[in-house]
Amino acid sequence: MEELEAFRRETRTWLEENCPDSERQPALPDDQYWGGRDAAFPSEGARVWFERMRDKHWIAPEWPSAYGGGGLSPEQAHVLKQELKRIRARPPLCSLGLWMLGPALLEFGSEEQKLEHLPSIVRGEIRWCQGYSEPGSGSDLASVQTRAEDRGDHFLVNGSKIWTTGADKADCIFCLVRTDPGAKKQEGISFLLIDMASDGVSATPIELISGESEFCQTFFDDVLVPKSNLVGEINKGWSIAKALLVHERKLIAEMGTESPRKQITPTAAAREYLPFSDGRIADAHLRAALVDYEMLLQAIALTHMRCYEEKSTGTQSAAPLIMKYVGTELEKAKSELLLAIMGSKGLGWEGEGFSQIELDTLRIWAFSKTLTIAGGTSEIQLNVLAKRVLGLPQS
Amino acid sequence: MALVLNEEQRLLRDTAREFLTKNAPVAELRRLRDNCDEIGYSPSLWQEMVALGWAGIPVQEAFGGLDFGYLGLGVVLEETGRTLTPSPLFATLVLGASAIQLGGNESQKERLLPAIVAGELTLALALEEHNHHNPTGFSTSLRKENGQYLLNGSKCFVLDGHSADQCLVVARNDSGCTQSADAVCLVLVPRETDGVQCDRTLMADSRNAANLTFQNVVIEDGWIIGEGSEGQTLLEAVLDRGRVALCAEMLGLAREAFERTVDYLKERTQFGVKIGSFQALQHRAAIMLTELELCQSVVLQALTAVDEDSDQLPAMASLAKAKMNELVQTVTNEAVQMHGGIGVTDELDIGLFLKRARVCMQVLGDSGYHKDRYARLCGY
Repeated sequence: MEELEAFRRETRTWLEENCPDSERQPALPDDQYWGGRDAAFPSEGARVWFERMRDKHWIAPEWPSAYGGGGLSPEQAHVLKQELKRIRARPPLCSLGLWMLGPALLEFGSEEQKLEHLPSIVRGEIRWCQGYSEPGSGSDLASVQTRAEDRGDHFLVNGSKIWTTGADKADCIFCLVRTDPGAKKQEGISFLLIDMASDGVSATPIELISGESEFCQTFFDDVLVPKSNLVGEINKGWSIAKALLVHERKLIAEMGTESPRKQITPTAAAREYLPFSDGRIADAHLRAALVDYEMLLQAIALTHMRCYEEKSTGTQSAAPLIMKYVGTELEKAKSELLLAIMGSKGLGWEGEGFSQIELDTLRIWAFSKTLTIAGGTSEIQLNVLAKRVLGLPQS
Repeated sequence: MALVLNEEQRLLRDTAREFLTKNAPVAELRRLRDNCDEIGYSPSLWQEMVALGWAGIPVQEAFGGLDFGYLGLGVVLEETGRTLTPSPLFATLVLGASAIQLGGNESQKERLLPAIVAGELTLALALEEHNHHNPTGFSTSLRKENGQYLLNGSKCFVLDGHSADQCLVVARNDSGCTQSADAVCLVLVPRETDGVQCDRTLMADSRNAANLTFQNVVIEDGWIIGEGSEGQTLLEAVLDRGRVALCAEMLGLAREAFERTVDYLKERTQFGVKIGSFQALQHRAAIMLTELELCQSVVLQALTAVDEDSDQLPAMASLAKAKMNELVQTVTNEAVQMHGGIGVTDELDIGLFLKRARVCMQVLGDSGYHKDRYARLCGY
């Protein structure tokens, strides 16, 4: 305990000295550094912050130092997280390699793969994207059709992936591909790493209802992939995919409570956009809706804390498994509430007559609809809870 | 680590569960109801609970208690919620003892607390005068006439009012001896006092409650708790402890009703398959699970707020009570619906959970009351 407190003091001092002021506020999408072969830093502050954290080995604080990680214990990593949050530090590197592929390689990758990919992720040199869903397989992930044929010394890949976030900017993609079309659904799938610079790979952005296009459709047309890019055993990719989905859901659940965008809270919005009488919001319906939202927010925040306490005491409960569902549903509810509170002020699409916050509120509202769809829809989450936690029979 | 039980608390929970499922299963409540039991709970069971130390859990050691806190009391109450066990735990220990601990003078504490811990004294808090919870809207008054304090007024929905040895009556002190004209105080009145009329009411949950009338009841020195201007603060502190403790019981009730329902979904066959394989039911069950988990975190934090004497207690108590009110309503309604026809028969225990839930929802504030209070505390 005392050691941990000493670590906290050191960490606090180091962060005070090394985190530039410009990096101590929520990052808008344009302020984030995602790394990659052709990446440029969005600002000088972002460059300094990333390089200092990289040199301190705190980009991946919990990974073993042999692979470029910081080698911190889970407790130390938690302290670091808390201290970063305390000064509202931006993440020095946004990276699917860091959040998704890295943990998968640590668990399932060969020693060569770990040594090849993990350090380049930590140094921000390679930007990864994820290829799971396909045009024909959304929630039914195991129905992947993208084929990887064994051609002796390489795989030949054909097919397409959808909702590949940032594929137009990524250097590499980790994919689920079908390697045995004859096997049962989950059993013929493999986990494959593909360089986006390979011949036959192309990515097209998809415009969303929010006006943004961070998702792409990615096409593979007779792409040659070296055998050494197969992670884990052939036809055993489904278990890696499942482990990664857990990561992804945790990530989405966490992002749900700390949105990186500049967003007004419903309570602050109520003060600005609603008439009060006798110290109360005059509209009884909106007041009740705000209380319901605030109460749910509190309950979810407390459950996050409980999950952490359970993890550090080795206690098991169903709480971690509900977080993706409740976190994303909360975000959607928040956006709906903000629109209701702002009235016509919350409906501006672009241009004059609206503040930036008002315009952002609408775009975030539109984007929030993706949260309960991506990474397993809310309905899929409920299926999982019904089956895995409650033990209800297969329908 | 306030949101995870420690070793001692887990042990207490296991002991409580074992004791209650063996000695006070739901069938015991049914027996008390069917026999129109005079007292409404089993005195011998209460004495066994006392022997286990439960009546001393939140009481300071100086007065014979265990000083084990509300998190400790919460695990026991949660288990009594699972078995729907009526006992003086709530009225006597939560409402009564906390009023004395927080507002009593030394001699009152020395006289009353050890007696509670020893199971020799039961109490009831007489607050409500209307059909909705209202901790400020009462008119029962304490007046001084010819050198004597007289209590006048009437109370309703007094939990354990029919069986408790003494009642703590919330009254306005109009005697002129305090600065504030309508200072709030708690008056300790033995139920068998001249001028006290007690009418038992048979409530949906088959437990004890009563309407009490006080007509020129002579109040003796030393019967008044919380004299002075702090009465309303004391009352709110007592009520918040009550709300939070009741939430622990409600959580147990909800979990038990939910688990019984999920079990039923796994065993009931219709159209040749288990009904639990229907996605329409699976999703409703899974949503209830998410709400249960969220509520558990809230209730644990609220119990901790009592133990830490946090200034967040009022907000946490209202958060917990509002959430739990909605949870028990949803879960018990869904429990009945998912059991189908048998769910509406008296033979099945689910109906008893449904009825107890409705009473809990009204005790010390319904959802509307607590949402409004929470909003006020948040400044909107």
